Amino acid sequence: MSLLEVKGLKKHFPIKSGILKRTTGQVYAVDGVSFSVEKGETLGLVGESGCGKSTTGRAVLRLIAPTAGTIIFEGVDIMAASRAQMQTLRRDMQIIFQDPYASLNPRMRVRNIVGESLKIHNVGTEAERKKRVFELLEIVGLSTEHAERYPHEFSGGQRQRIGIARALALQPKLIICDEPVSALDVSIRAQVINLLEDLQDEFDLTYVFIAHDLSVVKHTSDRVAVMYLGKIVEISDSAVLYDRPQHPYTEALLSAVPIPDPHTERARRRIILEGDVPSPANPPKGCVFHPRCPRAQEDCTAAMPALVSTGGDAGERHEVACYFPARFKDGERSVAGEPFAGASPPASA
Amino acid sequence: MGERLLTVDGLSTHFFTYAGVVKAVNGVSFTLDRKETLGIVGESGSGKTVAALSLMRLIPDPPGKIVEGSLMLGDRDLRKLSDEEIRQVRGNDIAMIFQDPMTSLNPVLKIGNQIAEAIILHQDKGKGEAWKMAAELLDRVGIPDAEKRVNQYPFEFSGGMRQRAMIAMAISCNPDILIADEPTTALDVTIQAQIIDVIEEMQQAYESGVILITHDLGVVAEIADKVMVMYGGRTVEYGGIDEIFYNPHHPYTWGLLGSLPRLDQTEKTRLTPIKGQPPDLIALPSGCPFVGRCLYERPTCRNQWPALEIVGPEHGVNCWIPEDERREVRASLPHFQEYAK
Repeated sequence: MSLLEVKGLKKHFPIKSGILKRTTGQVYAVDGVSFSVEKGETLGLVGESGCGKSTTGRAVLRLIAPTAGTIIFEGVDIMAASRAQMQTLRRDMQIIFQDPYASLNPRMRVRNIVGESLKIHNVGTEAERKKRVFELLEIVGLSTEHAERYPHEFSGGQRQRIGIARALALQPKLIICDEPVSALDVSIRAQVINLLEDLQDEFDLTYVFIAHDLSVVKHTSDRVAVMYLGKIVEISDSAVLYDRPQHPYTEALLSAVPIPDPHTERARRRIILEGDVPSPANPPKGCVFHPRCPRAQEDCTAAMPALVSTGGDAGERHEVACYFPARFKDGERSVAGEPFAGASPPASA
Repeated sequence: MGERLLTVDGLSTHFFTYAGVVKAVNGVSFTLDRKETLGIVGESGSGKTVAALSLMRLIPDPPGKIVEGSLMLGDRDLRKLSDEEIRQVRGNDIAMIFQDPMTSLNPVLKIGNQIAEAIILHQDKGKGEAWKMAAELLDRVGIPDAEKRVNQYPFEFSGGMRQRAMIAMAISCNPDILIADEPTTALDVTIQAQIIDVIEEMQQAYESGVILITHDLGVVAEIADKVMVMYGGRTVEYGGIDEIFYNPHHPYTWGLLGSLPRLDQTEKTRLTPIKGQPPDLIALPSGCPFVGRCLYERPTCRNQWPALEIVGPEHGVNCWIPEDERREVRASLPHFQEYAK
């Protein structure tokens, strides 16, 4: 059984306008996302700004109420959970935020920030909680004397460590890491990535790692899901995805990331996508990627292809939502002229 | 090699604040030739932006002041120019693209207006002609429907489009030097690729020298010809692009390269971060600013800034570790063992 299973998750935000604040449209931030996360693994969620990756992360924790879909955590459907049940469930599901400046209350001391959840959940006595806070600070590489300080006394990297200590306090099983290193400098970023990896080994944690930086996601994740305009377009083992991407968007995204190695960089071919990402309030008909897709054909404008397993090229799990996925055979890449039959959505949809 | 456009020698820019003197830039020297791209690499607070702003004399005074050094644009000393003369230099000779196109464009003026402004100011053109040129420039940097777009406001442009408009503005007066300060940091990678393309294209077309300020070594590897690595307001190492990536001599450069996750890595390796935190610019040590984080420091490092040591053609380093020892240490680092393969 997977630790977390998400099926058909949708989050639509209403657009209200006029003095009566009538709903005049919807922003399809997350539009039918399904994935599962096994215990102990890291699932990376990548995509450009506005693709719905953060919204997905928050909807999974029900920090924002999903519009539709099911979320099953350890066999329990959390969409059906009551408020009280949800509070208990949240002990096992925590989140680390991107901005270490905005996510810590500037008026609280570090010991209160880290210990708040312990207090809310009535864990132990006052003295035990204090001991636990000290322990947590040491786990994340801070020292006990930092407990009495305020967030503004710390650098960005240290604040992110405080955020991590807070997330760890209740010994969660799942942590959603929402762009945890994006705001940090290169040298500090590596420190925090290593810390997250160590913690995962030590406490048997499961991560959903949301980031826009593909190199970071590749480094941290076992499996990666690529999102575009509220949908997952491709999901597979990290090494396979980076080595043999099948979706044209994944290909373009990977080719756009500069590699810090001048020789490699000079030899690479870049796929430059035309134009910008369309507005999620008015997504294109058919495949959401077709207006920018170099492989788009008539079939692509009719309906969004389903995310289906293409059978993989070496038998691995590899799902892609594309009528013309790239196939690999004996190291040769090819794109079929005929639409991939499996991708057609069921007639009812 | 092209014509020398710019020679900066021993530039120091300090900020005199209530809390103390912030030594943002300390004795930085570099040169820039025509058609050349210089990458200035460093983390937040390393002084890379202040160095660039000093070139344009855009440091707010007070509290900031260029306290030392010479800034030669051809045979003109930028530090000695009058306010009127330096205004002529900005835009005409040196133009700048900023990181955040939303805050550097005026939200209440039409895009065309903002581009035409520079043209009218510097090129003695009428309003109608300037607007026409603005539309042509937008077209050049790859904005579709330029005729229509020129009449729009910044909020009607996406992030990538705004950055293109900024580039159009910067090249409007055909400057010799283009300074791009983190031009792609606020953008998504696919848009970043587009913008880098435009910058390269414009550099080719106008034969400008480009100074690219960034923290992203990937972007540097892609377009720079030479690199200057800054740390704590100092240049710790400079050299040709291949020298910096494959033959770096400074422990900070090693640290930077070792802490990067790479997309083309096949095996999962552990990153080697640089320990500790960046220094406080008010309380910099009198010696090397990297002390405390450097794994190979010795007693002299704390008190004395090392002299520039030339280690190859156009490759210099400021470090107390003797050269043979540096080579030895570097060979033992996992990151460079991979390169050696």
